[in-house]
Amino acid sequence: MIAYYLRLALRSLRRTPVMTALMVCAIGLGIGASMTMLTVLHVMTQDPIPSKSGVLFYPTLDPLPSDYQTSTWGNPADNLTWPDAMALLRQGKPARQAVMAGGGLLVWPLDAAGRPTEHGGRYTTWQFFDLFGVPLEHGGGWTAADDAQQARVVVLGRDLAMKLFGSTDVVGRSVRLKDTAFRIVGVAAPWSPQPRFYVDLGGGRSFGEADDFFLPLSTAMGLQFDISGNRSSWAETDMQDKLRSPSMTWLQMWVELDTPQQVADYRRFLHDYAAQEHASGRFQRDPDTARLYPLMDWLGHKKLVPSEVQLQLWLAIGFLVVCLVNIVALLLAKFLRRGGEVGVRRALGARASDILLQLGCEAALIGVAGGVLGTVLAQLGLWSVRRRPDGYARIAQMDASMLMASVALAILATLLAGLIPAWRASRISPALQIKAV
Amino acid sequence: MDIRPILSTLLRHKTAAALIVLEIALSCAIVCNALFLIGNRLDHMQRPSGFDETHLVFVKANGITKDEEAKAVTRADLDGLRAIPGVDSATVVNQIPFGSSVWMSGIKLRPEQEDSTLSSTNYMVSEDGLKTLGLRLLEGRDFAASEYVDDGDGWIPSVIVSKALAQRLFPDQGAVGQSIYVFGNKPHRIVGIVEHLPRPRDGGASAAEYDMSMLFPARVSYSDGGTYALRVGDPARRAAVLEQAKQVIASHGPTRIISKGGTGTMEDKRARYYRNDRAMAWLLVAVSAALLVVTALGIVGLASFWVAQRTRQIGVRRALGATKGQILRYFQTENFILATLGIVLGMVLAYAINQLLMSKYELPRLPLSYLPVGAVLLWLLGQIAVLWPARRAAAVPPAIATRSA
Repeated sequence: MIAYYLRLALRSLRRTPVMTALMVCAIGLGIGASMTMLTVLHVMTQDPIPSKSGVLFYPTLDPLPSDYQTSTWGNPADNLTWPDAMALLRQGKPARQAVMAGGGLLVWPLDAAGRPTEHGGRYTTWQFFDLFGVPLEHGGGWTAADDAQQARVVVLGRDLAMKLFGSTDVVGRSVRLKDTAFRIVGVAAPWSPQPRFYVDLGGGRSFGEADDFFLPLSTAMGLQFDISGNRSSWAETDMQDKLRSPSMTWLQMWVELDTPQQVADYRRFLHDYAAQEHASGRFQRDPDTARLYPLMDWLGHKKLVPSEVQLQLWLAIGFLVVCLVNIVALLLAKFLRRGGEVGVRRALGARASDILLQLGCEAALIGVAGGVLGTVLAQLGLWSVRRRPDGYARIAQMDASMLMASVALAILATLLAGLIPAWRASRISPALQIKAV
Repeated sequence: MDIRPILSTLLRHKTAAALIVLEIALSCAIVCNALFLIGNRLDHMQRPSGFDETHLVFVKANGITKDEEAKAVTRADLDGLRAIPGVDSATVVNQIPFGSSVWMSGIKLRPEQEDSTLSSTNYMVSEDGLKTLGLRLLEGRDFAASEYVDDGDGWIPSVIVSKALAQRLFPDQGAVGQSIYVFGNKPHRIVGIVEHLPRPRDGGASAAEYDMSMLFPARVSYSDGGTYALRVGDPARRAAVLEQAKQVIASHGPTRIISKGGTGTMEDKRARYYRNDRAMAWLLVAVSAALLVVTALGIVGLASFWVAQRTRQIGVRRALGATKGQILRYFQTENFILATLGIVLGMVLAYAINQLLMSKYELPRLPLSYLPVGAVLLWLLGQIAVLWPARRAAAVPPAIATRSA
């Protein structure tokens, strides 16, 4: 029966090609706009590391003075100070943990004629690779002993290794970073979770390119390498050693906690640490301000989606609603005009539900066509988004699930939109209509 | 024209009429807010920077040198840059407008004060700073030659503040001659006030907050984040000057590279900085236009349906002596009534949406002036959209009334 209704619907739509085209275009535009923005939102809020997001946690402490006013520029307590990070690293008992900060360095090619280039990387502690499951193509990370000795060892990203050496099998060779030679101990396979959850989020750093190198944080401190990201201080600090100051935050820390028991233990440990610092007078704020964020909660806390994107999403959804109201109006006009035909079918014994089904098929057909058009338009929209300069723009791709979702949304939307007109048409009393014919 | 028959017809087609009203209301609400957002963005983009944008180019170099060397290299760079034909003056600044970094410092009015009164961005310039950047002095004077110090080497005696900052710090008296405390507990005397001196990045700040900055006479070396600013007499020579500047920089050491992000004309930097806002404005224009088209199509569709449904009725009216103009006006009046209802509802909705945006995204209140614009737009749209079906109705021949059913 459905096949027959679909044939009928097709014939009816062909009879009024202009109106059909208008309706398909309206749905296509609405779906295209809203799916473009939904996809952008989807990639911005996706789980960056599904295999481990459940066991990764971000501890924070609040070492700020009690009268410190946070501004729109961000909360300094989102990062850790050097003394606190080192204390947590020493005293905490998570399964794995790492402290880190971003940095930019000039990297020197080995032949003397080449020009140095700027690259961004991460200064971190030895468990970083195991903690996040960073795949290594050659070699491995470094050891706890390397951290302690400020060893001059580095793990290169695959792209940088290729650029410098034309090969990835370069473990044991050396590279000059800024003004110091480093021994290469490993080459990391491409690894670029999006959003870049582990970095100092915000300020355009939340999405985008992978790290080009990884080296021990202690070594970077010893060599006074430049760090990137936010540095917030709230007291007079000794300019010579400001990175080690107890009143400047700049470090990120991640811990892996595999069981609920470990989570509870770590939470208690963090609270005890804050309480102890509070008792000693260094922390002015209540120890309850210490937090342990699960990864996805942390991303939510950092509000990665710019209000710009949210506004655009609302606009697109508003647009879709107007398009749908439009479809309801047009379908209503179309179906009621067919009163005569409906009347004859009803008089010949068709039930109201049969009419509903028949007209519903017609609405669904428009929905499918609109959905296909909308998907094409959404691809066009995403292409234009990708040409924007923002970090998130480049990853705005529609995956299979979003593709299905957009067609489903189109059909659902038109079916809903077709429901009122079809229902109205199915209520037409046959006698009156036949008299009119 | 009698409105009663129109109303009674509309009441018999409640669903269809309600849909048209709803569509117009939604369009009106969204278009009003979209226009408002566009206006808002354009305002942001057109705020004056106070810099002489058409004559300014920036050059930023990276490299590796020890601290003492860096100062000497910076001096040599500046001498070399000044010697480029077409360069009127040159200076080194710690941050540039539309650049990537912002330096903020807290300001205290008394040395013993515990917390800062407010924080503001701090620019640092070497000799010729004001002249090169094209900042306009409203009161006081430029820095004296003796006031410039090397960054990090001792106390900076003076400061120039923006008008907005002066008014905020010293609302009741003149700011020139007053002292503020920024780096430590020795005073910086305010020697001048410039008309505008905005933050390097606006960060969505309100106009007053955006314009609160101060300027110190401190030489920053290139390795500490200093960027060279060059004032080029003839804007047409800016590209040539930039090319030559790169050569000058490269000649002062084998290991220097030009930072792409920090180099270019100020106009390019402005355009790049605001390209997202421009893209957003265009997106809003496109969506508003599409919205209006869709709404118009809806009106055309429903009005045609009505005309088709009432063909006989219209024929009867024509047979009874109604003129074509009267039929035309009937449909136009009908649309006007629907549009008015939609607009009234749309205004309420527009305000509700604005209220939501205000609470969620810190947007200002929708000025009342946007509402009549939206209203007129939708009235016109409705009248234009209904014209074609209405003319088809007017063209219905009176003879149709006599045709049997």
